[in-house]
Amino acid sequence: MSDKPISQDTSRAPTSQKRATPIQAGAKDAIGGSVSVTIDGEKTKVPLGTTILEACREMGVHIPTLCHHSDLCIAGVCRVCVVEVEGMRTLQAACAFPITAPITVRTHTAQVRRSRRHIIDLMLKYHYGECYACGRNNNCELQALAKEYGVDFFRFGHPDKPMHDVDRSSHSVVRDMNKCVLCRRCVRTCIDLQEVGVLEAIERGEETTISTYLDKPLGDVVCINCGQCINRCPTGALRANDPTDEVWAAIEDPTKHVVIQTAPSPRAGIGECFGLEPGTPMTYEMNTALRRCGFDKIFDTNFTADLTIIEEGTELLIRLYKALVEKDTEVALPQYTSCSPGWVKYLEHFNPEMIPNLSTAKSPQQMFGAVIKTYYAKMHNIDPKDIVTVALMPCSAKKFECNRPEMCDSGFKDVDYGLTTRELGKMISEAGIDLPAMPKSDFDDPFGTATGSGVIFGATGGVMEAALRTVIELVVGCKVEDLFEHADILPVRGFEGVRYVELPITEVGPVPEIVSHLVPNWDWLKGATLKVAVAHGTANAKKVLDDIKAGGKFSECHFIEFMGCPGGCIGGGGQPIPTSPEIRAARAAAIYAEDADCEVRKSHENPAVLKIYNDFLMEGPCGHLSHKLLHTGYTARGKYIS
Amino acid sequence: MITSTCKNLTFATIEAGAGLKRALELGQAGIIREVTDSGIKGRGGAGFPSGVKWNLCAAAKDPQKYIVCNADEGEPGTFKDRIILTTYAGLVFEGMTIAAAAVNAPKGILYLRGEYTYLREQLEAELQALRDDGKLGENACGKKGFTFDIEIRMGSGAYVCGEETALIESLEGHRGEPRNRPPYPVNTGFDGHPTAVNNVETLAWISCILNKGSDWFRQHGTEKSTGLKLFSVSGDCDMPGVYELPLGITVDQLLAEVGGSNAKAVQIGGASGRCVPGSQFDRKIAYEDIPTGGSVIVFGPGRDMLDVAQNFLEFMVEESCGQCTPCRYGNPTLLEGVEMLRNGRCSAGYLKELVSLGESVQISSKCGLGQSSANAFLSIIEHFKEEIMGRTVDAV
Amino acid sequence: MTLMTQQERLRGELESLVAQYGTARNALMPILQEVQRKYYRIDDYAIQVIADLLDIHPVEVHSVVSFYSFLDFKPKGRFVVRLCQTLCCEMADKDRVARQLSNDLGIEFGQTTPDGKFTLEYANCIGMCDQGPALLVNDKVHTRVTPEMVNQIIESCRQVFGLHATQPMEH
Ligand SMILES: Cc1cc2nc3c(=O)[nH]c(=O)nc-3n(C[C@H](O)[C@H](O)[C@H](O)COP(=O)(O)O)c2cc1C
Ligand code: SF4
Ligand code: SF4
Ligand code: SF4
Ligand code: SF4
Ligand code: FES
Ligand code: FES
Repeated sequence: MSDKPISQDTSRAPTSQKRATPIQAGAKDAIGGSVSVTIDGEKTKVPLGTTILEACREMGVHIPTLCHHSDLCIAGVCRVCVVEVEGMRTLQAACAFPITAPITVRTHTAQVRRSRRHIIDLMLKYHYGECYACGRNNNCELQALAKEYGVDFFRFGHPDKPMHDVDRSSHSVVRDMNKCVLCRRCVRTCIDLQEVGVLEAIERGEETTISTYLDKPLGDVVCINCGQCINRCPTGALRANDPTDEVWAAIEDPTKHVVIQTAPSPRAGIGECFGLEPGTPMTYEMNTALRRCGFDKIFDTNFTADLTIIEEGTELLIRLYKALVEKDTEVALPQYTSCSPGWVKYLEHFNPEMIPNLSTAKSPQQMFGAVIKTYYAKMHNIDPKDIVTVALMPCSAKKFECNRPEMCDSGFKDVDYGLTTRELGKMISEAGIDLPAMPKSDFDDPFGTATGSGVIFGATGGVMEAALRTVIELVVGCKVEDLFEHADILPVRGFEGVRYVELPITEVGPVPEIVSHLVPNWDWLKGATLKVAVAHGTANAKKVLDDIKAGGKFSECHFIEFMGCPGGCIGGGGQPIPTSPEIRAARAAAIYAEDADCEVRKSHENPAVLKIYNDFLMEGPCGHLSHKLLHTGYTARGKYIS
Repeated sequence: MITSTCKNLTFATIEAGAGLKRALELGQAGIIREVTDSGIKGRGGAGFPSGVKWNLCAAAKDPQKYIVCNADEGEPGTFKDRIILTTYAGLVFEGMTIAAAAVNAPKGILYLRGEYTYLREQLEAELQALRDDGKLGENACGKKGFTFDIEIRMGSGAYVCGEETALIESLEGHRGEPRNRPPYPVNTGFDGHPTAVNNVETLAWISCILNKGSDWFRQHGTEKSTGLKLFSVSGDCDMPGVYELPLGITVDQLLAEVGGSNAKAVQIGGASGRCVPGSQFDRKIAYEDIPTGGSVIVFGPGRDMLDVAQNFLEFMVEESCGQCTPCRYGNPTLLEGVEMLRNGRCSAGYLKELVSLGESVQISSKCGLGQSSANAFLSIIEHFKEEIMGRTVDAV
Repeated sequence: MTLMTQQERLRGELESLVAQYGTARNALMPILQEVQRKYYRIDDYAIQVIADLLDIHPVEVHSVVSFYSFLDFKPKGRFVVRLCQTLCCEMADKDRVARQLSNDLGIEFGQTTPDGKFTLEYANCIGMCDQGPALLVNDKVHTRVTPEMVNQIIESCRQVFGLHATQPMEH
């Protein structure tokens, strides 16, 4: 059902910098497309086109790297990975040298060690920062290199005052170019991986710096706050805007009722802050730790994820009904998901004309904020002005989202602080808590019960899967399990950049009560084919949007899930550093495992959701009150930078 | 006013079009064989055998290929390409056409440095004349199926764009930042297509070689460095200008020719070349001894060699593209070292460290600029320590 | 209002440049060079329009402009005087020429005269090493420049203003 309509390669790098994929010569080459290489005296065979770095890693030989990143095209600029290749006059960058003929490599000769040490010395000569006063202390690739090479004095000096001002203009990302080593990972991330194009190197030579357009504050340019650049920065030059001081202050203020909602992805990631393997779920240990930190209530964002599915799914059905039955040509289809704030801002900047396609449903984070300060406040008789809502998110864009001026439908700022996984990790450490050793404990009522659908929101394809589980059951009237084993809708899962799925609707059932106020029957959907797609990382989103504008097959879709970050939220800009395809896959596996363990796995079966429609949002999904609290509007920002 | 002294150039004796005519008769393999036999190595500085380059480019399977003429001549002390383009551009275009026939490329690009914008008008006129004459365009030179045309693209003031992969980046509309090699341009060049990049002088000589034969070319020079070469001579000598001399000539011989016999030292190869002290004037200028793209700068007895090191390092600091660490930060660090020496504030230990740093920059930089930026500094430190160490602060 | 029309005119010109050179990224340099030649700078508006037309990001164009010495974001004078500062010209006493240029124009290197007519800069080797000191005035080269010649060179530029004094400067 799925296919690869669009090139998976999002890199705009020159061909010579593209990742060297083992050459397809295999078929043509009698030797089977492999080539022999001798590394430090040991001989081995590798596929043609393997880089020296890859060959070394394969053999367990450590090569230091800095500008290399497994998600990005080759740069070959830092030069710390240099090695000696027999017969070549100069050293070669292991990360950038594809092996196409038999070679002999030496990885730690005197020349190699001296050069690497000099390179590190030179970086430190231009690096203003003190490790003990730096957010990346102990998780910094530059620091690690300095340690590896035994740097115990600054051979060529060290700056004693800052050379650049720190840019704190963005709600999400703080840029401190004093710590930048010009590895350009952020540039490659922002341009190749995300297609946002906020950061580039400017000037040349010694003057080179990483800059925004005309060096404007980050808050004033088209940055979508995805934080992907933070996740790939090897140093403390890029970091998230950290609100932990304010959160601690709220916790310590006795007049404040501090509520935290936690998204699924941080649970799958936070263990990494405590030395655990990626993909070690920490959901229930984290609940205990949060209580010990002093949060008054701990809620599961999955509740509003389920609510999002109901609202967004209903909105989709309404749109389809209008388009197919009422023949309303004004209806914007395909409908785009709106739960990824990075993606939303991307669309607002680059395709504002498509804003009508965006679901008006708020993201789960913002829905929860509004629900807590209304429904929950009323239920527990707390003055909403005394409630502080904190959102634990894998995402840096959520910080921007909660600060959008329109996000105060409860009459207050719906979500007060967006906290990233990394920042919570820090708070837990600060409180002296050893997370992995915590006993397990559950979420607090009244939103406690999570469904598997809410959990999988964290991975790319998750929202689509959750929505399909619900839409299928509401419309077709059968169990999803009858169509997909264990209700696992595998075609929408995976990490392919763009995925496309068609689901023919052969049967329809009766209209269930929850949407009975909206449609008389489903007959109009009988025989139709539901076409959906999934894209993650805004570079992939751009491809889909370009295809839609050109009237391609994605323009025929009904519903498209877009996630701003590669891998979806598990790869969000607030997740622990480092990131790589393997780490994201491990986190996704944790999420799907949690889903499989859930008793209730479909949003429309979540009892807390059913209860809120019963007790509070009494007009049902997309009703008047839910429109006020759970839906929002968007701003056509355009890409012109003023 | 803008012509330099240059006498008795072979180029002046070459009949226009004769080389190309013979080339077209020889065909692809024949041209490459002739060029290979001549032993000519790139005149742009790197000294890569042109026959091998063309052979690789011809072997690449891609209907779209490019011939690029590197007219970014930016090496301090080099101006021979300017002379060639001013007076013998026809030979260069002919060389490009021969290259196109050899590797089967339909398109040529002349990348002219921005500083030479004043040459553009005349070059465009010459190209137009060639087109009008049927020498360029479809069925060029009356050969059916042979399509070749040349476009001029301008540089915008960046020395590093003379490096062939940086040049290609610049053509593609990027910063002039050299690429990782391999892959080499002959496989993956302009817009991803096989591209043969050759120096202006190389192409002009190739026209001569096709005209007069590879044997004629090999009569000159040494076994490893065949042929004649243009030298751009400047500095403290009586007759600066462009000289055509055989490779393998000693520094002494060259100095005698240009009236610079009382020189204290000679910088061969420009800012990226080496400084040769008087004691080594018997060395040969050839790829196997002192390689050069043609720049010869003569220093008279009164010159302060530290000034030379400083000026060249300043040049490198300004012209480094800045993408790789050793060159971006290494050169300014060396330059600071020169300042320290100038003020007599550099310990022998630190000087040793700087020399070692210079060697690291040479071997670990990404492109030829960084790989040679420390050459001048290192050779001056090596040969003129006496003059450099223990200075008292300069008068004024 | 006049600003609007100027921007519109610039946009029109950029569109025709793009029509001439194409929308591929490799059209960027010739387009930037044309804009620089005509307007003595590549300003914010031009950068964003070019980026838009070539479907690249403004910061990429900014990055390219900042890389090349002959492309400028800041306004340059009608005449850009570039004195070679590299070794051969240095040895030929370019410092005296530099001093005279600075004196006669009343500005330091790196500056533009307040009337926007002259910009004074250093260049690296311009390929006239046997005839130093050498300098470029826009595309025109002057060799073996002596301090006395400086005044004459500048005056001949000023004459151009005399002749075209009634024509408004573009941009
Ligand atoms: C920093 C740097 C600058 C260079 N500048 C020039 C140049 O101005 N002209 C040139 O022909 N080659 C230059 N080269 C050499 C080119 O990279 C390339 O080797 C040459 O154009 C190939 O032509 P050839 O084989 O005919 O010499 C330069 C190389 C480096 C590393
Ligand atoms: S960025 Fe790394 S090396 Fe620099 S201060 Fe921070 S931890 Fe230390
Ligand atoms: S947060 Fe995202 S959009 Fe903003 S600079 Fe970083 S990578 Fe680019
Ligand atoms: S900001 Fe970080 S990622 Fe970007 S170049 Fe600097 S060190 Fe590298
Ligand atoms: S050696 Fe210098 S010029 Fe070459 S790539 Fe590195 S920084 Fe750029
Ligand atoms: S890691 Fe290879 S050059 Fe940076
Ligand atoms: S050094 Fe001045 S022109 Fe070459």
